[in-house]
Amino acid sequence: MQTCVSLTLNGEHRGFDGPLTVDGLLATLGLDRRKVAVERNESIVLRSSYAETWLASGDAIEIVHFIGGG
Amino acid sequence: MDGTIHADGTRADDTPNDRLGDTPGDDFWTVAGRRFHSRLIVGTGKYKDLEETAAAITASGAEIVTVAVRRVNLSDPKAPMLQDYVDPKRITYLPNTAGCHTANEAVRTLRLAREAGGWNLVKLEVLGPPPLLYPDMPGTFEAAAALIKDGFEVMVYCADDPLAAKRLEDLGCVAVMPLGAPIGSGLGLQNPAILSMMMEQVKVPFLVDAGVGTASDAAIAMELGCDAVLLNSAIALAKDPVRMARAMRLAVEAGRLAHLAGRMPRRMGADPSSPLTGLIR
Repeated sequence: MQTCVSLTLNGEHRGFDGPLTVDGLLATLGLDRRKVAVERNESIVLRSSYAETWLASGDAIEIVHFIGGG
Repeated sequence: MDGTIHADGTRADDTPNDRLGDTPGDDFWTVAGRRFHSRLIVGTGKYKDLEETAAAITASGAEIVTVAVRRVNLSDPKAPMLQDYVDPKRITYLPNTAGCHTANEAVRTLRLAREAGGWNLVKLEVLGPPPLLYPDMPGTFEAAAALIKDGFEVMVYCADDPLAAKRLEDLGCVAVMPLGAPIGSGLGLQNPAILSMMMEQVKVPFLVDAGVGTASDAAIAMELGCDAVLLNSAIALAKDPVRMARAMRLAVEAGRLAHLAGRMPRRMGADPSSPLTGLIR
């Protein structure tokens, strides 16, 4: 059954077709899972659990990567 | 300091694994159980592009680079990433907490970094407001304690304060890294005497982490006896960053060798270099 998952993603409100896992979200966004890290509601999501971590409407998701810095 | 040099090339005041070598490859330092030959750590910020970043790192000979953790630009997910240019399998990424102003933000940021790459060796910096961005020491102590409790090995940017250095070591930080001048100022070391006093307070690796503006500044830091130097802007903002990266590599090596060699005493007056005997008359 299609549902809409409404997330706060890197500070922006975004809607996605659900149900949706972290794995599914990264694929939908076109991100290389090896180069990013994901936080859900201020808790780290382990890479090994991306496929089993289901997202719920209202979740705050941060997706980060490394950039140049001093 | 006891400057005695043992038969195997170590000095009485060096850590046991600190070796003097005839070639740079024989000299190494150890932080959190990891051994490095290069005593230059470089930042990856402020470069024109990722190609220049990679070329400068190569020229610097650095084995550790600092990196920042930031939100992915979701509107351009295929944009090139740092890892595409600087291979984390060859170069140790040292994630920093730049931009974090609380212990909680620092811990969250570095947990993300750890998950992104599996690193637990990190650089903590909790900064006060512009224009000085001076280390916020109460915030730094709190964040260091929280990170160490969470299993991180913390190399810590700090104020040029001997008491703070000792306290950070006592907390369990694996390296103490005071500023020589404000971040990005390029003013050179404004506090060599204080840095020397701080160095006496700690046994963990001691690095100068900000203020270097040109090669001679890096050499001075190493001559003082620092284990390594961390810099970013001095290379990235040079007119020719790749050439300056090479200059920094040589300066750090030269300063290290000069420190190990032991400088001559200063004297207030001349002392002729040529014999005064055997002169023709």
